[in-house]
Amino acid sequence: MTDMMLDIKNLQVSIPTDRGTLNAVRGVDLSISAGKTLCLVGESGCGKSLTATAIIGLLPRYAKVTTERFAMAGQDLTARTEARLAKMRGRDVAMIFQDPTSTLNPTLTIGRQLTEGVMRAERLSRKEADARAIEMLDRVGIANPAARLVQYPHGFSGGQRQRIMIASALMGRPKLLIADEPTTALDVTIQAQILALLDELQSDLGLSLLLITHDLGVVASIADEVAVMYAGRIAERAPVKDLFRAPQHPYTRGLLAAIPVPGQTPRGSELPAIPGRVPGLVGPLKGCAFRDRCSFAGEICGQDPVPGHAPAPGRFVECHKAAEVAA
Amino acid sequence: MLPFLSKRLLVALLVCVTVSALSFGLMFLSGDPAIAIAGSGGRAEDAEAIRVAYGFDRPLIVQYLDWIGSALTGDLGQSIYFNVPVTEIIGNRVGVTLTLGFVSFIVALAIAVPLGVAAALRPNGWIDRIALVIAVSGQAIPSFWLGLMTIVVFGVWYGMVPISGAESWQGYILPVIVLSYYAIPELMRITRSGMIDVLATDYVRAARAKGLPMHLVITRHALRNAILPLVSLAAVQLGQLLSGSIVIESVFALNGLGRLAWESLLRSDLPVVQAIILILSLLYVVLTTLADVLNATLDPRLRGAS
Ligand SMILES: Nc1ncnc2c1ncn2[C@@H]1O[C@H](COP(=O)(O)OP(=O)(O)OP(=O)(O)O)[C@@H](O)[C@H]1O
Ligand SMILES: [Mg+2]
Repeated sequence: MTDMMLDIKNLQVSIPTDRGTLNAVRGVDLSISAGKTLCLVGESGCGKSLTATAIIGLLPRYAKVTTERFAMAGQDLTARTEARLAKMRGRDVAMIFQDPTSTLNPTLTIGRQLTEGVMRAERLSRKEADARAIEMLDRVGIANPAARLVQYPHGFSGGQRQRIMIASALMGRPKLLIADEPTTALDVTIQAQILALLDELQSDLGLSLLLITHDLGVVASIADEVAVMYAGRIAERAPVKDLFRAPQHPYTRGLLAAIPVPGQTPRGSELPAIPGRVPGLVGPLKGCAFRDRCSFAGEICGQDPVPGHAPAPGRFVECHKAAEVAA
Repeated sequence: MLPFLSKRLLVALLVCVTVSALSFGLMFLSGDPAIAIAGSGGRAEDAEAIRVAYGFDRPLIVQYLDWIGSALTGDLGQSIYFNVPVTEIIGNRVGVTLTLGFVSFIVALAIAVPLGVAAALRPNGWIDRIALVIAVSGQAIPSFWLGLMTIVVFGVWYGMVPISGAESWQGYILPVIVLSYYAIPELMRITRSGMIDVLATDYVRAARAKGLPMHLVITRHALRNAILPLVSLAAVQLGQLLSGSIVIESVFALNGLGRLAWESLLRSDLPVVQAIILILSLLYVVLTTLADVLNATLDPRLRGAS
């Protein structure tokens, strides 16, 4: 427990919509050890962003969030209050987002945006905060950082802006960094640089990293552990090598069908499309959400609850037919 | 900033020239000004004498340059009706209009902006609903009716404030209420919608992810971007408050520019009308230019800064 940077049990997020309550996250368990990288993968709309946003406490007010257990950076947040989470944001946990062209405020200088959080939280003077901003910009590979502080975001390229966002996230020296598809909006060549940078910072600073991505090549090269999400639940969770070598959930198998071993999977390998569609998540769901698309599916798959198995230490899979799939 | 500023000022200058030419042209709108002055029943010789006396017999361009030249030195001609300098008449009236306009503007902003922000923070919340009622009623009730009603209720029934004239500051209370009431809806709506847009942006979310408390996120990140469209609208609104209060000035018997313009029109006192139109048009030019400059200081993208 002590070396757990993030430990969540039964996270649920539901959102009221015109058609009824959308149960977008339906009982997610996640944990990340100190200094480790967890990649969260899954089809579009399966609830990855909502999960990440719930962890940092930035969901819109109308979203209903519950957890059975929620611990982060050594603090128990199960009775999560906005005030306590707000204190941790930027200091214990930081987040970077998908589109760096819109995450920087166009009307404020880079320096102001980098320093405003820590000047408040750590009561740093302007000079101390600037010094740290320069250090961080330097660290993320922004040339001539001191001169950049007085500039506005619109002078920077997408890749540079994402570097600046990373620097901004690091300003409060967080222990956990959440990155929600941080390279999706960038050119392919820039994507590789940004991911290499994240990987390097993660090991240099001993960060725990929760990385949401669609790119299995990225997963193969930087994850320690992988969680595969499907329709608001974790279908399978495993150390990266095990997952690629022996996927145990039919959905994971489908994702990895064309893809071999870690290290050999080229970057830019998007999740392959699996025939069929995700069931609607408005209202209750009975049985396994994947069964309509699953080649292993049988009568039993319509039943609740779908059993979870631990086929090996550190592994988890939720499937009625786990034994059959593994065989 | 400097290239932006000089470009903007050049545009303003061109608009000024156009506007002044148009107000000069007003003199000829009603046909021959000499006949207008002599009266439609006047003799042809009188009209001719007036034409020479006022210089109407010269080429138009000369007349215009002459007129603009004197205007620049502060001479807007003589009032035909009072036979005193136009500047003197306007000078006596302008204070009332400026006071009324500016005070109403400040009151409107002070109510509309916080209300718009509060409404945006909780769309469909109770503040938002109240704001909507104010906005809708503000646009549905005619201003002369509201003016008369406030006079009846607060002036006549309760006797709390003077019902007409601007001899004391209390005389401004009712007209300011009525005028600002009409400026509030649009200002509030643009604040609200701008704020809702900005609150949904990624940079506001990123600011919250830094751990900034909500009030700082709102004032530092959201408001600054949300007021960009408000600034332009506010400039136009201020222009309207300063120029369009003919109805209110009449209802409350305030001797401001609006009333003067109306009276002068009825008296065919064209130099006065012309001067008022020129002054108000130039005021618009100044206000919109100021708004653009203010926006440029708020938004570095507009001034091409890096
Ligand atoms: N604010 C919201 N209001 C209503 N529905 C929402 C909201 N945010 C997310 N959803 C819905 O919740 C579901 C999960 O969304 P989420 O953004 O977590 O998906 P995701 O896994 O991150 O997908 P992607 O890979 O496309 O980013 C989707 O069906 C989405 O439409
Ligand atoms: Mg997402």
